[in-house]
Order: sequence, then structure tokens, then C-alpha cells
Amino acid sequence: MSASTSASGRAGGAASSDTAEGRVYNVGGADWDEIVAAAGEPGDRSGEERMVINMGPQHPSTHGVLRLILTLDGETVTELRPVIGYLHTGIEKNMEYRTWTQGVTFCTRADYLMPIFNETAYCLAVERLLGISDRIPERANVIRVLMMELNRISSHLGGIGPLGLELGASTVFIYGMREREKVLDLFELITGLRMNHAFIRPGGVSQDLPPGAIEKLREFLAVMPGKLGELRALFDAAPAFKARTKDVAYLDLTGCMALGVTGPMLRTAGLPWDLRKSQPYCGYETYEFDVPVRDTCDAYGRYIVRMDEIDQSLRIISQCVDRLVGKHPGNDPVMIEDAKIGWPARLALGPDGLGPSPDHIAHIMSQSMEALIHHFKLVTEGFRVPAGQAYAAIESARGELGCHVVSDGGTRPFRVHLRDPSFNNLQALPAMAEGGLIADVIPAIASIDPVLGGVDR
Amino acid sequence: MVADRGELTFHVRREHLPAVARRLRDDPALAFEVCTGVSGVHYPVDQGRELHAVYHLLSITHNRRLRLEVSAPDADPHIPSLVEVYPANDWHERETWDFYGIVFDGHPALTRIEMPDDWKGHPQRKDYPLGGIPVEYRGATVPPPDERRGYQ
Repeated sequence: MSASTSASGRAGGAASSDTAEGRVYNVGGADWDEIVAAAGEPGDRSGEERMVINMGPQHPSTHGVLRLILTLDGETVTELRPVIGYLHTGIEKNMEYRTWTQGVTFCTRADYLMPIFNETAYCLAVERLLGISDRIPERANVIRVLMMELNRISSHLGGIGPLGLELGASTVFIYGMREREKVLDLFELITGLRMNHAFIRPGGVSQDLPPGAIEKLREFLAVMPGKLGELRALFDAAPAFKARTKDVAYLDLTGCMALGVTGPMLRTAGLPWDLRKSQPYCGYETYEFDVPVRDTCDAYGRYIVRMDEIDQSLRIISQCVDRLVGKHPGNDPVMIEDAKIGWPARLALGPDGLGPSPDHIAHIMSQSMEALIHHFKLVTEGFRVPAGQAYAAIESARGELGCHVVSDGGTRPFRVHLRDPSFNNLQALPAMAEGGLIADVIPAIASIDPVLGGVDR
Repeated sequence: MVADRGELTFHVRREHLPAVARRLRDDPALAFEVCTGVSGVHYPVDQGRELHAVYHLLSITHNRRLRLEVSAPDADPHIPSLVEVYPANDWHERETWDFYGIVFDGHPALTRIEMPDDWKGHPQRKDYPLGGIPVEYRGATVPPPDERRGYQ
């Protein structure tokens, strides 16, 4: 409780002070009735119950360290100011001090719920600068698409589950996290890590699928539709969920376009804009899938669009699996065949864990001096990227994820900028929540599905 | 005007930026409805035009992209704001002010967004050190990243 300049005797739990704007009551967990009683003093203009509430940055319903400053008139939000920056880690600045390949390890940590997308956007931009976009091996592209769609599923489940939790449906949260775990298990099998993979590299991917991955993917494809059905049934059986999301957090197409909102939010406003269809990359034009669209512009529609997108992702994954079987892992390259760019060492499981394969070590240490020099130069110095700039955009789970990369011709990026969809879409929160009830702010945030790691970078 | 690697860049004088952007947005033959933000770049060696603001425009109607690049000298880091034309640029311009110190004239509330309000300096400028401490590991010392050997 802060000290008061002129204490109000009746305000019990609240200290009040007279300011230029009138009398201000500082409340910290006091009895509301007492505040209202104190506010009703004669000559006191604050009877209109205008309240300024600080929500976050440590609040379980703000999806991370997001802080909101809410001005309330009764229960109605009259003004909402999002405050961000609590998770700023200087990823873009750090990338300027590492080689182009090391940059992947940094950008993957930006939006930590969709690491694969961050890596892919960055790598596509670097590949465009290198002029090697057409020379990425087919198998690497299929694995990229496979990983991105898996990541879309895990990210959407990580958005839908908490939406339920914040509206009081904790079972939905547990189910969502449980299904998400299945994707993370696949990530662990394929990349070795559950997040922060650094798996997609400029020129391809870091390694091929391990033995047994295809079987695991098929298992996943078999069980997932049933699990999603369970999740849908849980939501559909909850009238409270529909009542709290339908016609809530409304943002129409005009608002979306003006605020640069992309992704599921834009598609819920009725525009079937999906970069996978309109500006395909990584061979998306060769896959069959639909773009789910709704025109309800509300939180419920965004939930439906995300669920439908998971179904479409499963379709794409099954096509990826079909393309990957029949080929012989190890024979088809997953990294560009250019000794100046492609990472030289293939990973293999040795007696002391995962490391460069014994064949490769034997080759560079006792057979080829050139190979040793190449290995040494690439690993310590890295490759050089021709000067210039490039912007690559992909359809991530949350919308357009762009990566603007500038090179001065050196072995390190001169500038990397991630245009993160969460950062942009979060701007739309005041437009969606002002004028509504304070309770509706929560589904509004959840329907944007911002990840503060991506917002702040 | 530069066309490179399949991307088109317009270098625009800063005083013409709002007019150019408005025309790009409103002309039906251009129709760049969405601005996907602004990205600052600091070129300390580019005397007289050290600070660059790079805008990426997207036309959903025509499915095209375009890049606008505007520069300002370090001594007079002012560029007109595009928030009037593209409200989406609100936070992006605040971020660029925060990290590069580019003042976007006409922005409704140009305050820091990522760094604390009382922060000194603009951290993504090239003359701003990355910082860090040397790390000792098994007797060897690894210097902080910005003091390590470079291969420029």
C-alpha cells in the first residue's frame, strides 16, 4: 500500500491522493465495496468508477510477459495499452556477431513456439542472397515442409489449449498439451531437441531423418485425427466456451489490412491469403491442401480456422511422408552439394555421442588436405555471402514471418531483421478489445496467439 | 531504383516518402495495401546517409512485393512517419526509433518499445558495443563475441 497524501478515513484498504486529474485511489487487494464507498464522498468526481488497472507482465492470462494497462469504466474497457519489451534478448544484434550458419541458432529462439519457421525464413533469405534458392536438394525441401507443418500443429495446439485454460476449461489445456507432446517427441527424434532446433541450415537441413522416423510419423498420422476429434468434442460440448468466444474480439477485414494483420486472424476475416499458395516456397505448390477460411472475424472463428489448419497440415505431412519413403536415406543429399557452402561433416552416433562421422574424420585427417582446409575454413570462418539485401516471407503459424537480411559481403550478417507476426498482430489488440468487457480481453489475446519471444526478440 | 535477386527496391528521398507511399497504396494499378513493417539499417561508412529505413510493401491484389529504402544522415536523423498511410507501422517505427534513433516525424507516440524508457543510446547501431564478458572454460578463455577474431 503506497503512502497517501490525504488519507481518506473511510477507504479502509485504499489510499487516496489528490492529483491534478482529481482524487486517485491506489488499490492493492482491498475490499471493493470500501473503495466504492470512499469514492462516493460528496464532491468527489470519481463516482464514475474509472479505473486504471495494470495487468501483467507476470500474469498467467497474458501468454507470457505481456503487460496491459487497462482503463475501465465499470467493466467496460475504454482504453488498452499493450506494453512489450520484457523479453527483449537482442537476437538481431547478436546475429551480427556470428557466422551466417550460427545465425540459425539465434533466430530459432525468437518465437520459441515455432522455431522451425524462424529458421526457414532466415535460411530462405540467406539462400536468396547466395543465389542458391534453386539448388536446394529436393529431399531437404520435403523435410523442411514436413518440419514446418509439424511445427504448425504444435504451435496451434499450444495456442488453442491455453485459450481453453484461460476460459476455465483446464481439460482442454491438458489435452492440447498432450497432443502437442506427440509433435515434440517427433522433433526430438528427428532433430535431437524439442525446441531451439537449429535444424534448418542455409543450403539444406542439418541431417537426414533418423531410422524409424517414417514409422513414427505414420503412427502420428494415424492417431492424430482421433485426438483432434476429442479436442473438438470437448470444445463443442462447452456452451460457456462458445458464449465467451463468439462475436468476441471482432476485427474485420478493413482492420486487418490497415493493421497489417496476417495469418489465421486474416483468414477469419474472410480473405484466403496464404503465402504457401500465393507465393510458394520450398515446393509448397506441389502439395495438395486447402486454405481454411471463415468470415466471422471473432475469436471462435479463429479457433475453428486453427483447428482446420491442423487437419490440412496432417494432409501435407502425409504427402511428405509418401515422398520420403522409397528414397534411400543417405544417398539423397539433404545439404547443397557445394563444398564452399554446405556444412562438411555428416553427423553420426559414435562411442562418445553424436558427432562428425568417423568416415569424414578419416577423410580430412588422412586422405585429403583440401578437404581438411575446406572443413577448417567453413567451420571457423564460415562462408561469405555476396553483398546485398533480401526479404523472404513465409506463412508461419501466426502469419507472415519475414526475414530481412543485409550482407556487406562478409562472413557475418550485416543486419538481420525478423518481421515477426506476433509483434505486428499484437498491435491490433486495442482495436479488438476497447469498448468490450474486461473479461473479453482474455479471449482476445488468446485468439491473437502472440508469443512474446517473437514479439520482443 | 534497384532490381536485384528478383526483388525490386525504390530508393526514395525522405521528403517524398509519404506521398510515394500514399500513391503506392491508393493507385489501383499498384495497390500495395499492406506494409509489413520497417527495418532499420546503420551504415556508418555511408557518409551523409548513415541511417536507412527499409519498408517492405505487399500488394495482396496483385500478389507483388516492393521495397522502399529511405536514408537520413546521422546528424539529422529525421524521416517522415508512415503511420498515417499504414497504421501497421506504428510499432515498427517505434522499434526502429528505439534501436537506431531514427526520428519518425508525425508518429503519434514515438517512444521506446523494446528497451526500458530510460535507456541510453540506440543498441542496434554499429557503434554500440554488443557487450559480454570473457568466459573461462577448462583453463582457456573465450573473449566476448564482439572482441573475437573476425574474418572481414
